[in-house]
Amino acid sequence: MRKTMTSMLAGIGLVLACGTSVYAQDKELTIFWAEWDPANYLQELVNLYEAESGVKVTVETTPWPDFQTKAFTEFNARGSAYDMVVGDSQWIGAASEAGHYVDLTDFFNKHNLKEVMAPATVKYYAEYPSNSGKYWSIPAEGDAVGWSYRKDWFEDPKEMEAFKAKYGYDLGVPKDWKQLRDIAEFFHRPDEKRYGVAIYTDNSYDALVMGVENAIFSFGGELGDYATYKVDGIINSEQNVKALEAYKELYSFTPPGWAKAFFIEDNQAITENLAAMSMNYFAFFPALINEASNPNAKATGFFANPPGPNGDQFAALGGQGISVISYSENQEEAMKFLEWFIKDETQKKWAELGGYTASAKVLESPEFQNATPYNKAFYETMFKVKDFWATPEYAELLIQMNQRVYPYITGNQGTAKEVLDALAADWNATFKKYNRVK
Amino acid sequence: MATAVMTTLDPKSRSAARGMSDLSIRNLFIIPTIVFLIVFNIFPLLYSLGYSFTDFRASSPAAANFVGLQNYRELLNDPFIWSNFAITAKYVIVSVVGQVIVGFGVALLLNRDIPLKGLLTTLLLLPMMLSMAVVGLFWKLLYDPSFGIINYTLGLGSFEWLSNPDMALYAVAITDIWMWSPFVMLLSLAGLSAVPKHLYEAAAIDRAGSFYTFFRITLPLVAPILMIAIIFRTMEAFKTFDLAYILTSQPTTEVISIRLYKMAFQEWQTGRSCALAYIVLIMILAITNIYVKYLNKVKER
Repeated sequence: MRKTMTSMLAGIGLVLACGTSVYAQDKELTIFWAEWDPANYLQELVNLYEAESGVKVTVETTPWPDFQTKAFTEFNARGSAYDMVVGDSQWIGAASEAGHYVDLTDFFNKHNLKEVMAPATVKYYAEYPSNSGKYWSIPAEGDAVGWSYRKDWFEDPKEMEAFKAKYGYDLGVPKDWKQLRDIAEFFHRPDEKRYGVAIYTDNSYDALVMGVENAIFSFGGELGDYATYKVDGIINSEQNVKALEAYKELYSFTPPGWAKAFFIEDNQAITENLAAMSMNYFAFFPALINEASNPNAKATGFFANPPGPNGDQFAALGGQGISVISYSENQEEAMKFLEWFIKDETQKKWAELGGYTASAKVLESPEFQNATPYNKAFYETMFKVKDFWATPEYAELLIQMNQRVYPYITGNQGTAKEVLDALAADWNATFKKYNRVK
Repeated sequence: MATAVMTTLDPKSRSAARGMSDLSIRNLFIIPTIVFLIVFNIFPLLYSLGYSFTDFRASSPAAANFVGLQNYRELLNDPFIWSNFAITAKYVIVSVVGQVIVGFGVALLLNRDIPLKGLLTTLLLLPMMLSMAVVGLFWKLLYDPSFGIINYTLGLGSFEWLSNPDMALYAVAITDIWMWSPFVMLLSLAGLSAVPKHLYEAAAIDRAGSFYTFFRITLPLVAPILMIAIIFRTMEAFKTFDLAYILTSQPTTEVISIRLYKMAFQEWQTGRSCALAYIVLIMILAITNIYVKYLNKVKER
């Protein structure tokens, strides 16, 4: 018995010893991100870094709905599984205040990244608190919500004639939210299995809220005062009530079963001839110009989120910055990687591979703007973006907004005013709980 | 007492040859289990009870403050939480009643001499052996309004099972009934085959009708084992998470465990979610106790 035990222990010891020695030999970095095309492009990019430096970089991914949970579970456990994370913009408050992210202010200033990267990306992906001059991430994947549409449906002479007869103006890319609504109504023909519009409705993370934000910001509304945490009269303002009503009306022109739609469904609406127009992040547009993934690739056009009734034009910000995790054992190596990542050539290559660089120089280049049918719309949008709350309690605010808004949009419960008043009360209570307001 | 009851080791056994006593063998088997239970069940249970009285957040380095009963008070005053409980109760009732009707019904059909009975029973048990996540994913396809086979077969056009807020909970319950009726069937079948044949013969001699036979002989004799099935299914249905989470994200299907998950791992309100977990635990204990009391009563008869 004792002999067996000893040999077993020796075996386990040997396995452990081998494991650690292999681990110690190679320099490796792990970047954690969500599972989507840009993560694949990033893996291609970091393969170049490995070729140059010999440091192997792996981009580890998890599906979007689990991304936040998995990342924060690892952070809260002070785990060192990931060296860097390409984290969502609204995490920055929670992650920086809890000490999960390494302070990158010196790095940021040394490389003058405030000038190098597009202003909106610096403001929303990197800086926390707002205007504090403290930076926690390097803008990596710029993103915002835009629209794709069926050019062939829009340019069909019969449709154009019928549209003009009904609405009194020419059918074309919508110039404002009113036209967006008209076009959605015009193409909504359930008998023909054709529907007006595909919008975000999934309430499990931030999809629905992002969709509603597009309406709110373009109608001239705001979610609240991010500096003073005042929400009364802002989230439940007159504009926001109108914006929410407009979004709800758009929902009535969506395909059947559209109550849990996010980026996959919204792209499917175009690829499977379901809808005339579809809301989605720019990051998902590469799949729409690829004939392998979209049989209608040639007939797909793109436009930026249209202005609201008063001419305000904004879009909900997506995208992420790359941060170094405080519990990583390879922080030095990670900083070296970031030095390489911010180089102009790397950013150019990143854009070529399909990543949405945040580098102002690359974004402004005609080369980038003419590279795809949507790059110009992306460039224009990136200067007109707004984002959700980035405070550490953003997850509660997000869930409260989902709880209030979702039953109204998809289930006809209450009025827009009631919903937003209730949301203002929820948010106020949350800010009181965390002593943000007195 | 325990040692006195235990039989002694066979003196020729290997354990006896190694000089192990009855007591050391008992300890060898029991201690690891007890240690496991303490470390993974009892300790976290007590630890989380402590947290439920604090404002602790696992996502924040700030120290936890003792807040007394505040978490419990606020949770029990939160209309959203009550609506989550109401949804859970509705789900438990629909799903368990459905499973008992279907499961017991199928068991009655199988409780006779039919060809291929064994094979049939095994095939009927298959849904129960699948993983919840897999069942959720493929029922999502079955329910799809555009290409789902359910609408196609029933001729329902583009009926929205999962995105219709009034229907979604029933759709989840139907899936649960499909998956777990075999469990009720299996236990009922065991109960049914244990009913002595002579009782039926006596009833036949007395010219009792089939309705009378069922309610006076079959049901009372199967009741204890059926109650056990109901207890298990109620407890499981009460803490349902996977099916509802995968199939739909309607607020009308947000059962209490989904709310708990969001509170604990998306909002990171660790203290408050511990309190909610305790409220759920107390409710499950109470419901189970009612059942167990009833079960004992049934057994006494």
